Amino acid sequence: MRYQASKLLLTTFLVGALAACAPAPAAPAAPTAPPAEPTPTAAPAEPTPTAAPAEPTPTTAPAAPAMSGKIKIATQSPLSGPQAALGTGIRNGADLGLQDMGKMLTDMGFEVELAPFDDQAKPEVGAANAKNIASDPDILCIVGHLNSGVALASLPTYKDNSLAMVSPANTNPKITESGYQNAFRVVGRDDVQGAVGEEFARTEMKIKSVYIIHDKTDYGQGVAEFFRQQAEKNGIQVLGFEGTEEKSNFESILTPIQAANPDLIYFGGIYDQAGPMFRQARDRGITAQFLGPDGLDSPELLKLAGDAVKGMYYTSVAAPVSQFPDAAKFAEDYKAKFNEDAPPFSAQAYDAMGICIRAIAQAAEKAGGKPSREQVVQAIRDAGEYKGITGAYTFNAKGDPVTSTYFVLQVSDKDGEPGEVWNANAVVKKLDIPAP
Amino acid sequence: MAIAADALPAPASRRTLRMTLAGVFGPLGQVFIFVVGSAIVLSVITVLVAFLLRGTRTNVDLVQATLTILPQVIVDGLVRGFLFATIALGYTMVYGVLEFINFAHGEIFMVGAFSGAALGTVLAASGMLNAIPPLLFVLIAVIVGMLVSGMLAMTIERVAYRPLRNAPRLVPLISAIGVSLLLQDGMRLIANVTGLGFNARFPTPNFGPPLQLAQIPAADGRTIPLILDVRALIFIVAATLMLIGLNYLVNATKLGTAIRAVAQDRPTASLMGINVNQIIALTFLIGGALGGAAGVLFGIRVGTVNPYIGFLPGLKAFTAAVLGGIGNIPGAMVGGIVLGFLEAFVASYLSLLTGGAFSGASYADIVAFAILILILIFRPSGLLGEAVAQKV
Amino acid sequence: MSTNSLPHSPFAALNRGPLAYVALTAYIAVTSILMLTNTRTSLGTDVSFVLFLLGFLLLYRARVSNGYKLALGAIMLIGVVPYFGTMNAYYIELAIQAGIFVALALGLNVVVGFAGLLDLGYVAFFAVGAYLWGIFSTDQIAQISPGASPVSPQLFYLFMALGLFVGAFFGVLLGLPVLRLRGDYLAIVTLGLGEVIRVLAVNLDRPINITNGSQGIKSIARPPLPDFLYAIFPGLDNPQLYQLFIYALALLVVGITVLTVFRLKNSRIGRAWEAIREDETAAIAMGVPLVRMKLMAFAVGASFAGVMGVLFAAKQQFINPPTFDLIRSIGILAMVILGGMGSIPGVILGGVLVTLLDLQILPRIATELGALKRQGIVIPDWFDPAQYQRALFGLLLILMMIFRPEGILPDQRRREEAHETAVQEAPEEAEAGEVKPV
Repeated sequence: MRYQASKLLLTTFLVGALAACAPAPAAPAAPTAPPAEPTPTAAPAEPTPTAAPAEPTPTTAPAAPAMSGKIKIATQSPLSGPQAALGTGIRNGADLGLQDMGKMLTDMGFEVELAPFDDQAKPEVGAANAKNIASDPDILCIVGHLNSGVALASLPTYKDNSLAMVSPANTNPKITESGYQNAFRVVGRDDVQGAVGEEFARTEMKIKSVYIIHDKTDYGQGVAEFFRQQAEKNGIQVLGFEGTEEKSNFESILTPIQAANPDLIYFGGIYDQAGPMFRQARDRGITAQFLGPDGLDSPELLKLAGDAVKGMYYTSVAAPVSQFPDAAKFAEDYKAKFNEDAPPFSAQAYDAMGICIRAIAQAAEKAGGKPSREQVVQAIRDAGEYKGITGAYTFNAKGDPVTSTYFVLQVSDKDGEPGEVWNANAVVKKLDIPAP
Repeated sequence: MAIAADALPAPASRRTLRMTLAGVFGPLGQVFIFVVGSAIVLSVITVLVAFLLRGTRTNVDLVQATLTILPQVIVDGLVRGFLFATIALGYTMVYGVLEFINFAHGEIFMVGAFSGAALGTVLAASGMLNAIPPLLFVLIAVIVGMLVSGMLAMTIERVAYRPLRNAPRLVPLISAIGVSLLLQDGMRLIANVTGLGFNARFPTPNFGPPLQLAQIPAADGRTIPLILDVRALIFIVAATLMLIGLNYLVNATKLGTAIRAVAQDRPTASLMGINVNQIIALTFLIGGALGGAAGVLFGIRVGTVNPYIGFLPGLKAFTAAVLGGIGNIPGAMVGGIVLGFLEAFVASYLSLLTGGAFSGASYADIVAFAILILILIFRPSGLLGEAVAQKV
Repeated sequence: MSTNSLPHSPFAALNRGPLAYVALTAYIAVTSILMLTNTRTSLGTDVSFVLFLLGFLLLYRARVSNGYKLALGAIMLIGVVPYFGTMNAYYIELAIQAGIFVALALGLNVVVGFAGLLDLGYVAFFAVGAYLWGIFSTDQIAQISPGASPVSPQLFYLFMALGLFVGAFFGVLLGLPVLRLRGDYLAIVTLGLGEVIRVLAVNLDRPINITNGSQGIKSIARPPLPDFLYAIFPGLDNPQLYQLFIYALALLVVGITVLTVFRLKNSRIGRAWEAIREDETAAIAMGVPLVRMKLMAFAVGASFAGVMGVLFAAKQQFINPPTFDLIRSIGILAMVILGGMGSIPGVILGGVLVTLLDLQILPRIATELGALKRQGIVIPDWFDPAQYQRALFGLLLILMMIFRPEGILPDQRRREEAHETAVQEAPEEAEAGEVKPV
């Protein structure tokens, strides 16, 4: 037996050495090779569709569909596991986007399709999916991810294959700070958001001391750290900085807060943790004000926290629906199609999809056929402002929107069904801040 | 098998009321001693550490800061401990009889919490929620939770564990891990389909403001109230009742005798005319019902439930059961409370004492496991367990 | 190596004799061609890829000469798979990940399958290896000791060796406190220790930034490509070559792991483990050094995970704590259980199967369902298999335990035991006397 095993290994390596030389593949190029039928005369008179993509203007549609082929746009987000609610929202938002705006491409003669992938919020699953996406030459653009960790694991593959990634949710500065030419996002950045929150707390809420809590994720801790840096720099007294993965029982965290008696509790994290925590804090008689980032932007917060969050402030990188009439329509459509309220980032996914579609359409026009992935990346870079349902986006060299709008919102103190109350949240402050 | 180790019962005929009472309530005294003892020991250690470290911080008087929150930390720890204790009771029940870790017990707890949340949601939707006296609501919800979880545990035993009873011990344990995963996602599916949602609210009647037990003066001249939530109080009372009830059931009833007999020696018990399968099923029913009750009480207290809330508390409760001496009913209680104290102390004090270098709330989670390892090295039989020779 | 084929299978005739050679070669050739002529990721390619992999199983089960098996297997592994991988990067990524998890499962198999010690925190060693390379190959090292600069990527191979020792060291460290425990206790303690490592990885960004906490470590260095690869594979671009390179490394590690595990199993040490697994007391009585052997099992198992961790970090270029959570440990355990505890071929099969399920088969089902939905076929919204992976793994574990606890490709001795038990109709309430691995 032992002999056989050694023989196995030895043979394996010998054969390996031989085989390595033998089937040297004759350069089967990476599947970025462009179009099947290049139609040289297909340059339409009208240049680029600059109209709002929610209603694609038929002017761009060529008289006869001169181009053909299939174009897929992928989404990557967690569809299973604890974060499935947000991840499914991204997929659904993109799905709705394709349904509404895909006409731009189908009118040109392409078949369009959504290719949803489940990254399970795990970096290595995201990386494997990225390879899968890269190997499908029909996929020209990606809407994703939810988790910055997964995006950072997938980006090397996207980069190797010049695939454009338009992120609807990754606010981590590292996404665009790592030198990836193909990474874009339609949201602001955590570093700015933390600073916006701090400034609002200092100047408008007039707080003198803060107790910072975060959820020990790259997102929550990241934004909390930026808040702390600014707070310390500007003379707010930071009474505590704690991280916790606890999801339901916050007593032991609240006890030191009660003793420290801060003016403000800043929570860096997501609503599912914030909701129970804020409610338990109020139940205990803690009177500090609450503040948090866009992770709190969900009617679920109201559902979970009840009266405790009425009137509280939160910062956001995403426009509330009241700011954009189109977003309201989106929310309705979403509810109609998927039978639930649109979760955070789904509207951004809709816009990310819109950016992908417009870029592909422009690249296709330029290339006179199905564009290559490089052309799509270039088209996203070159295209001017995109007016979406959540804002207008022009990308800078890093892939951030040149200026992002940051909002400070206040939770409405109306009574009623959480979804409706949430829609009545008022924008207290609106800041256009250039990306750092 | 420490259930059986509590002195074998005298024949029922010769049993006096006094003995029964002593058997049932005696453990309460034991629990009480351990609770007070561990609270004192931990407080002394903490204050001592604060005293030693007081030179390291200039802006805060560490000793003063420590003392200010000490009563509240003890109360928090007690409440947290009762959570672990109630879950640990279910673990210990099953382990005592089968020597089997019901890995899915945390999920049974979670399902109990969800059934309570469903009841609350239905009542809230029909507008009856605030018409019901809070205590009556708690009672109804606990009964519903116990029924659902008890039946679920029994079904799981029948389907996933009974066919494996004679297999190597690894086999049912792995099956239990499977059940745990299945229940998590199964519940998620049900919650999504029924509209409860992944993060479900647990609507309850209004229990009123928390009880203020005392006012503690703080350094800056303020007073900080010492708070005990009404729902936490209900939790503690209910958990104590569960302990007494379970203790009575196991030590003073015929069913309890049968359970202990099965725990001691299954073939012999079977020869004595005990239906072993039935007793094991009942054990799961009881253990599951306890888990369900704990789930409902927990849900009422924290106000929200999700399909993954059971896993980590379940693991910690297992640690608690081991800490107290697995298979030993008062031991589970003691273990749970000691663990609760430890976690509360670490969560509330670590940051303060280390000047923020270590985040207490994060490290509290691993305290349980560190304790588990230490206890298994130095006293594998647990705090209350007798040294039982490993069965070979 | 050749095992009993399925005696009642209608394919028995195909399984031996000259016909077997023809049938096997034909099968593998057909599936290879199917795969190689249809390289776009699609349902068809997925199916042919799985069928192709099934060829390994057939090859293993067939009664043909070992030399033939080895030759054919080697051609498939070293010829067909990488060639296919140059045409479609996804499948070679699958192969790489399968390789990584196979090595992990083999390592866990040493602890669980050979020595009978249930370890639910195995992923901790994987994390240790990954963080080892992650920290030393990036600027992270400067956070720990100011002024230090990252090591040269050339030292990657050294670090793989280092990963082996660090893994083994942590294995012993974990083994020491839990040596006295048996069975269930051990499972929970190791689970706890696994969590401890993960929580440490999340929290050790303060007071000294060692792991960069929840932010994870990005831009992890990769070993440079050896120059001769360019010469052998002209015309391949860099990412493609790199994939091949990583694949070769993974294959190498798996190969060494298999060889080591195989030799260990049939050595004095392996027999000692088996004795411990079967009956600890008797083993002590026979003079088996219990402490040393148990520690050895932990160390050996952990060392494979350490090496793979280093490779994983280099492949992934980004690591963060959630990658090393409990579910991953359970996933690796599922591989061992599914394939068959103690059985090397079984564990390899389990590793490949679970990885494929996770990364390929379930997502594919979800995609196809999505496509059906778009065509107007009514599928309820909640019915989305990719959303319920945990449930599926749970179900898998339960069903395996009830119907085939010895695994798909059982270890010979365990199968005999199972068989024995079946014949004797398992004496009632037997304390699992004859089959008692824990």
